[in-house]
Parts: sequence; C-alpha cells; structure tokens
Amino acid sequence: MTVTEGPHHHVTGEEWQRLETSPEFRRLLAEKRRFVLPATIFFVVYYFALPVLVGYFPALMERRVVGRINIAYLFALSQFFMAWTLMYLYVVRARRYDAMAASIVDQVRRQAR
Amino acid sequence: MTTSLLMFLVFIAITLGITYWASRRTRTAAEFYSAGRTITGFQNGWAVAGDYMSAASFLGIAGLIAFSGYDGFLYSVGWLVAYLTVLLIVAEPLRNTGKFTMADVLAFRLQHRSVRTVAACSTLTVSLFYMIAQMVGAGSLVNLLIPQVSFNAAIVIVGVLMLVYVIFGGMLATTWVQIIKAVLLMAGTILLSILVLSRFGFSILDFFEAVSAVTGSVKDAAGNLVVKDFTQPGLRYNGTWGALDLISLGVALIFGTAGLPHILIRFYTVPSAQQARQSVVWAMILIGSFYIMTTFLGFGAATLVGNRQIGVRVKDVMAGCATLTSEQLAASGGCDATMAVAAATAGNPARGAELAAQLAEHGYVVPVTNTNLAAPLLAEELGGEIMLSFVAAIAFATILAVVAGLTIASSSAFAHDIWLNVVRRGRGDEREQVRVARITAAVIGAVSIVLAIALKSLNVAFLVGLAFAVAASANVPSIVLTLFWRRFNSTGMIAGMVTGLVSSLALIALSPAVMGVDAPTAAVRHLIQAPAIFPLENPGILSVPLGFLGAWLATMASRDTSSEEKYAELTVRANTGLGAEV
Repeated sequence: MTVTEGPHHHVTGEEWQRLETSPEFRRLLAEKRRFVLPATIFFVVYYFALPVLVGYFPALMERRVVGRINIAYLFALSQFFMAWTLMYLYVVRARRYDAMAASIVDQVRRQAR
Repeated sequence: MTTSLLMFLVFIAITLGITYWASRRTRTAAEFYSAGRTITGFQNGWAVAGDYMSAASFLGIAGLIAFSGYDGFLYSVGWLVAYLTVLLIVAEPLRNTGKFTMADVLAFRLQHRSVRTVAACSTLTVSLFYMIAQMVGAGSLVNLLIPQVSFNAAIVIVGVLMLVYVIFGGMLATTWVQIIKAVLLMAGTILLSILVLSRFGFSILDFFEAVSAVTGSVKDAAGNLVVKDFTQPGLRYNGTWGALDLISLGVALIFGTAGLPHILIRFYTVPSAQQARQSVVWAMILIGSFYIMTTFLGFGAATLVGNRQIGVRVKDVMAGCATLTSEQLAASGGCDATMAVAAATAGNPARGAELAAQLAEHGYVVPVTNTNLAAPLLAEELGGEIMLSFVAAIAFATILAVVAGLTIASSSAFAHDIWLNVVRRGRGDEREQVRVARITAAVIGAVSIVLAIALKSLNVAFLVGLAFAVAASANVPSIVLTLFWRRFNSTGMIAGMVTGLVSSLALIALSPAVMGVDAPTAAVRHLIQAPAIFPLENPGILSVPLGFLGAWLATMASRDTSSEEKYAELTVRANTGLGAEV
C-alpha cells in the first residue's frame, strides 16, 4: 500500500527527493534541530542527574534547605518546572516551524495546479 | 458503602449515555479508530491525561509515597518528564505520517509485511500486559471498597463495561470516558490536597515537619537497620543495586511513554500536528500538576492516616526490639517491621501480613493493609464516607478509562495492521474492517477477563513495569531510528524490536519481580520460586541499549535502497504535514 496520495494532489518519488533537498526544507530542519537536539540532551542529563545524585550521593541530597525540605525534594520538584519551561520554549519556537512548513506546503500546492 | 455504590452507578449511567450518543457517530474505520479526527487539542490533552494516569499512578503512587516516602515521588517525576520525549520527538511526526496505529509509522518506508506484523505483536504484548495489571487491580479495589461485589464479579463488570464503550462507542466514547475521568481525578486530587494542607494551617513547612517525623527503616549494605525519615531518599531503592535500579527505572519511564501504543494512537484523533502538539501541552500541564499533588496525597496519608491505619510504628517496634531475647528474635525472623511493609509495598501483602502476624505474637502491632488503599483511607480521614466514596468512584473511573484505551489500541493493531494490511493485503473494505475491529475488541476483552481471574493470586505489579520496559526497548528505538536515520531498514527494525522485546521479557523473568522464594503460606506468590538471577527490578538500563544495538547491527549488515529513497518522503511529510491524514 503506497501512501503518496495526498488529499489535494499527487507527489512523485523524485519530487519528494527534490523537496527534501530544497533550501527551504533544509532551513526548516536545521532550525528545528537547533532547538530540539540541545533541548533533548539537556532534559536527559538533567533528569538522570536526579537518580544518580539521590542514589550515589544521598548525604548531599539529604541536606535541608528550608525547614525540613531538603535538596532531594527541591531537585525533584524542579524537574516539573524544567519540563514545563522546555515545553513553553518549544511551543514558542514551533510557531516559526509551522510558518516555514506552511510556506513549503503552499509552494507544492501552487506547483501542482 | 451504599454511597460508593451510588456514585459508581451514576458514573456508569453517564458513560453509557455517552456511549449511546457516540455509537450513532461511529460507522467508518476513521470514526472507530480515531473519532473521525474531530477531537480538539484541548480535549485530547485531557483525554491523554485520562488515558495515562492509571490506577497504578493514582492509587499506586499515593501508596508508594505513603509507605516508602521520597522514593515514591521519583516515579511521579519520571512520569511527567517522559512527555518531553513525546513532545519533542514523537507526537507531531507520528500524526503527520501515520493513520491509525503505531505500526503505520514504522511501516511507512519499511513496507515489508513482516514489519507491520512485528510492530502489531509488540503493541498487543504491551497492551495486554498493561491491561491484565489494571484488571487485577480493579478486582481487588472494587472488592475492597464494595465488599458486596466479589473479586471475580468486579473483573467481569469492568471487562463488560469497557467492551460496551469500545464496541459500540469506539474511540469517541473512549475519549469522553477518559476526559470525564481526568476531570474527576483532577477535582478529587485538588480537593484532597487542600484538605491535607488545611490540617497543617496551609503551611508547607509545618507539613514537611510532620512528614519528617514519619520514619521507616532499611537494611544497609552491612545488614544493619538504618532509620530514615520520609523526606530522605533510600527507603525503597537501597543496598548494592538500589541506585542502579533507580536509574534503570528512569530509563524505562522517560523513554517508555513515547512507545506506549494506547497513548500514541490518541494523537490520531486530532485534525493536525499542531493540535497534536497542543494536546501534549495540555496533557503536560495536567499530568505535571497531578504528580506534584501526589506529594500531598502520599505524604498526607503517611502523616494523617499513617500511624493509625496504614503506617507502621517502626520507631515503637525498634524500641521494643531491644527488649527481645535472641530466641524471640529468631522466632519472629528478626525484629523488622519494615520487612513487613516492604513486602506489602512490593505488591505482596500476604507476605507482609505474615511477618506482621509473627511480630504480633511478640506483642507488637504492625497493621499492614493494601498499599493501594492509602488514597481512599486518606479521603475517609479527611472527609468521611462521602469523600471515601468519591475517591473510590474516581479509582473505578480511572481503571475503566485506561482499559478502554488499551482495548482500542489492541483492536486497531489487530484489525488494521494484521487483518487489513497483512492478511487481506490492504484490500478489505471499511465495513469489514470495523467489524473485525469490534470482534477483536470482544476477544481481547474476554481473554483479559479470563487471564485476570486466573492470575489474581500472582504478584502482577511487575506487569506495568514490564509494559513500560517493552515499550522503551522494542518500540522506541524503531520509532526514533525510522524518523531520523536514512540508512535504517526493515531487517534493522525487526531485529531491533525482537531484541528489545526478548531482552526486556527475559530480564524481567530473571528479576526479583518474578523470581523470589515465598513462604508456603503466602497468598500472593512470585511466578518462579527461586532466587532472582538478574539483580535489578527494572531492565531498561540494559534492554533499551540492546534494542538500539540490535537495530543498528542488523541495519549495517544489510542494505535496502528503497527504504533509503522513501526516507525523503517520510521526513518531508513528518516535518511539513504534507499529505497528512485528514
């Protein structure tokens, strides 16, 4: 079952190749990669720091900061805000990706007509 | 318990009404599998949250924190951070290139029918494991909250309801059941959190003061008992392998979510990749807020209910230990109430009860009850019977919403992937496909009812962990590689999936979750009665790299130019939404 049938037009194999190597599409990918790759590396490192620190340096993590609240709890809580912050940053950038993608789609549709 | 019964009936009546409404809008395959792609991003965000926060997370996490303190909270963290993988890597490309199932994306440029078959089998494996764990949980939960309903009857009721939602209402009814459940769950959790904090004059500092007064004890590497308070890490994961097990759990949690088929297919119910992104955003806001509040549910149960009903007076027991003679110590298997709690927390309440009974003979009171009851008991303490019934109804709704999602995921994997695309080679018509999907749902429902009843005396808590491990090790490597690696091919995908599947299954089978020696009197037993061979409960740290390695080696050993050519189409469509299903 080939799925090259879009709802509006037909795109052939060579056209996909041409689209993929087009400067507009390369720019979109580069733009996305510039955020997604470092963001992914950052959250993986930040997340695994938690079990590593808790597991191997419990004395440090048990140090109390405010009242009975310790570093371990605050660091775990900070993971939620880290996730929400990255989410926000991505969503803001994604509007730009959407605009770039839309102009590529427009171009294809104009040529198909 | 008549209030509980009443609230259950109200929930059932409302959801059946929705199912009737949805059944009149569910005719085509796209309507059955993906609600006609008419769900908005906001609605789908609630539905994703409802699909994801299972009984394991609501009741299980509250219990885990109530019994093991801080370590339980680490699960909460992993369950939210996992959504960054979904947001950044999987959701939008999946919506842009797939149609109904996870296998759609994998088979996009790897068009061998074997690819689809393997992917569908992986979906069925993950979903069935997850479902059995939920059903067994449902049986004991409903039975505990409404004693008039027996364990088997509870499973049959849950199974039949889930089948009615899915068979008649398809994805549309399932979506709304999940949305209602998520609303109930959030409302209940916010209410309970406020009530907990009100007991401490809304002072977080006073709350933590009380939490740090609750203690548990663990054996250190030298075998000595160490007392820790509930704000300190290490009450669950400790000893030689504890830290590594914790990391391994993290691997399964943050990568596994992006490979859970019942979550992934939710992104086909929205009209576009932008709406899919929007659903992840709403889901992350809801799921994150919920898991932060597990602090109040879990620690609240430990402080407010703890000493009277679910907790263990470890301090008292330890003080009393000093007065025991060595013969008495030998007779009670050591003076260690924590062993009783640990056994109960590990999903083995019978062993816990047995240890508690031994201690009781020496005059110690060690009340150990089902850890899943921490949240309901907290509710009862805070708001009496009405609150208890409300929380029980939420738990019931939670289980139903999740099993319905799992049933849709498995029935689409069979009907769309195996039946339509492999057996009929893509030539079946719409009506036949929907009919096959409904029959599959019925069969899966019947099988899971029978399995849940048959397995009720086994410790099935590991099945949810297994589902996450299989998803992370078998599904995620293939999803990531097909989206980002041009050279990737069918041989690599099949090898990667099989390696991930087999290694996670084998490592779990050899782990302390399945292997262990129980006392002959234990009511809940390990599957294999022998000491564990693999020391970690969570296989992710080994099985995920193995899945990637298998995929990489097999890809490098073979060449498939058509898959490489098709990569251009995949990546353009994944990133622009050109030609996406509407």
